[in-house]
Amino acid sequence: MKKLVLRNIDQGALMKLNKILKNTFLVLFACLVLSACATSKKSTGQMQGDVYTGTDTVEYLASGVPDRVFFATNESVLTTASRETLRKQAAWLRKNSDITIVLEGHADERGTREYNLALGERRANAAKDYLMTYGISSNRISVLSYGKERPVDSGSNPLAWSKNRRSVTVKAN
Amino acid sequence: MRNLIILFLIFIIPTKALGLIEVDITRGNLNPLPIAVSPLSIDDESKKSFEKTLKKKDIGSEISKVIEKNLKTSGLFNPLDKNAFLQAPDIAHLKPRFEDWNLIKAQALITGKVKNVDDKLRVEFRLWDVLAGKEMMALAFTTVPNNWRRVGHIITDKVYERLTGEKGYFDTRIIYVAEEGPKTKRIKKLAIMDQDGANNKFLTLGNELVLTPRFNPTSQMVTYLSYFRNLPRVYLLDIETGIQEVVGDFPGMTFAPRFSPDGKKIIMSFAKDGNSDIYTMDLENRIVEKITNHPSIDTSPSYSPDGKFICFNSDRSGYQQIYVMKSDGSNVKRISFGNGLYGTPVWSPRGDLIAFTKLHKGKFYIGVMRTDGSGERLLTENFYQEAPSWSPNGRVLIFYRETKTDDKGEGFSAKLWSIDLTGYNERLVDTPTDASDPSWSSLLSN
Repeated sequence: MKKLVLRNIDQGALMKLNKILKNTFLVLFACLVLSACATSKKSTGQMQGDVYTGTDTVEYLASGVPDRVFFATNESVLTTASRETLRKQAAWLRKNSDITIVLEGHADERGTREYNLALGERRANAAKDYLMTYGISSNRISVLSYGKERPVDSGSNPLAWSKNRRSVTVKAN
Repeated sequence: MRNLIILFLIFIIPTKALGLIEVDITRGNLNPLPIAVSPLSIDDESKKSFEKTLKKKDIGSEISKVIEKNLKTSGLFNPLDKNAFLQAPDIAHLKPRFEDWNLIKAQALITGKVKNVDDKLRVEFRLWDVLAGKEMMALAFTTVPNNWRRVGHIITDKVYERLTGEKGYFDTRIIYVAEEGPKTKRIKKLAIMDQDGANNKFLTLGNELVLTPRFNPTSQMVTYLSYFRNLPRVYLLDIETGIQEVVGDFPGMTFAPRFSPDGKKIIMSFAKDGNSDIYTMDLENRIVEKITNHPSIDTSPSYSPDGKFICFNSDRSGYQQIYVMKSDGSNVKRISFGNGLYGTPVWSPRGDLIAFTKLHKGKFYIGVMRTDGSGERLLTENFYQEAPSWSPNGRVLIFYRETKTDDKGEGFSAKLWSIDLTGYNERLVDTPTDASDPSWSSLLSN
């Protein structure tokens, strides 16, 4: 009986040890995966979460003023980077007060056509609202949604989709 | 078109439904009914005159081919090889030798006769039950010769109705968006064709982007979205006259249009300041009504066939889901609760089901559910597909599918597909170009 009890204790200890080992492995593994992700992200340098952070498709309204901002899947929230871009656009628009713009909102191909039209409109308006808080009058801004109709990247992969989820500021005059 | 056809029912022999063949369409039909479609017989004189006007060598045989193709694509019938037929068309039409047709395992037989009567096309046909050795139906039509394909479709509708007990869907048309060019710069045109792909015609030139055409269930009017002058607005188009007009005077994008079942209203979304709500416009008095009032996206509205309810797509719960409300906008209820996102709800013309698109774990599905959201059934899974439209009898759905591009972003295509409500009989619908956003018309004749 005693032996049995002892054995049980031993086994318990072993199991604990196992658990500790397993956990360390898990942590180690997670670290590896994470660093792999981090490096792969860095190596392409193009996405954070699923928001595009690259510059492949970006054009410039003026030197240092990018023309577009990007969105996460199904989202119309402006990221920190997007807000910075829009502040630059606002500054440029304030300096060039005769310029009017169209904000073209787009969605990726992974949604139904009609919902995407609404989503593109919502994204362009998120950009419009931000520009307006930085002093750009609403009558200088019009909004146009293309939904999923005008992708910039014809790929069927997450990176291509991230480039297509965008609001582009286009000079109208 | 509807006005053009002159239909004279010469004689209808009422038939008894006792113990005759029937086709069950409520289940997936794995044993399509063997049917023999005898070439419609034609006398030499009529043959020659129609050859001159229609440029078809044997119009009787051509009409029977239309019927045969319809029956085959329905998935419910198996038209037998004409080479195996023993009896000549003209004699079979008078009195079939049922033993001969039985021998080649035909259970039903269609025979007919074509004649030129005062430069009109007169077609009579008979449907026979081979096993019972009885005539099931006999009808005749007279029409302008150019309508010969429609005669084939109408005959198919009559046969389908006689054998399944439900209305057919063959004398119908599909309006859709024809697509060409690279994925990043697609050129889109409105196009219309017969349900079987014949008589394809482009209705716009492709100068502006056009999307989501939908038939008026009661007339030859179409509503669609056009980016004319870069202003995305809902338009109305009369197919016969080609006259177009913008629907309503909205200070922003209107989209996702559909007709009410009586054809008197258009229901659509209007987007303003980042918010899309559902509106209707009465086509007679032009009165606009706001139906939903919610800071979320409300779109893709579709009426129930009695006009009392509307199903629509909203992300008010955080993600795209399907909702049903009364047609005045009250009593909004969410009906989709499965995993994934739901879009493009369309109410069945029979009233009992709602077809939808579902996105779950990176795959797109076309499915149906009851109008309270119960009994969800997914019919087909693919990389990308959406926008189902019902056949007028509520038995078949047509939708479009897009392909995944390769590593270089090439290989994109968009095509129309159809599938039975049962989930069987999935078929590519042939179109001369790439195609999307199909909408099925009502029966052109009843």
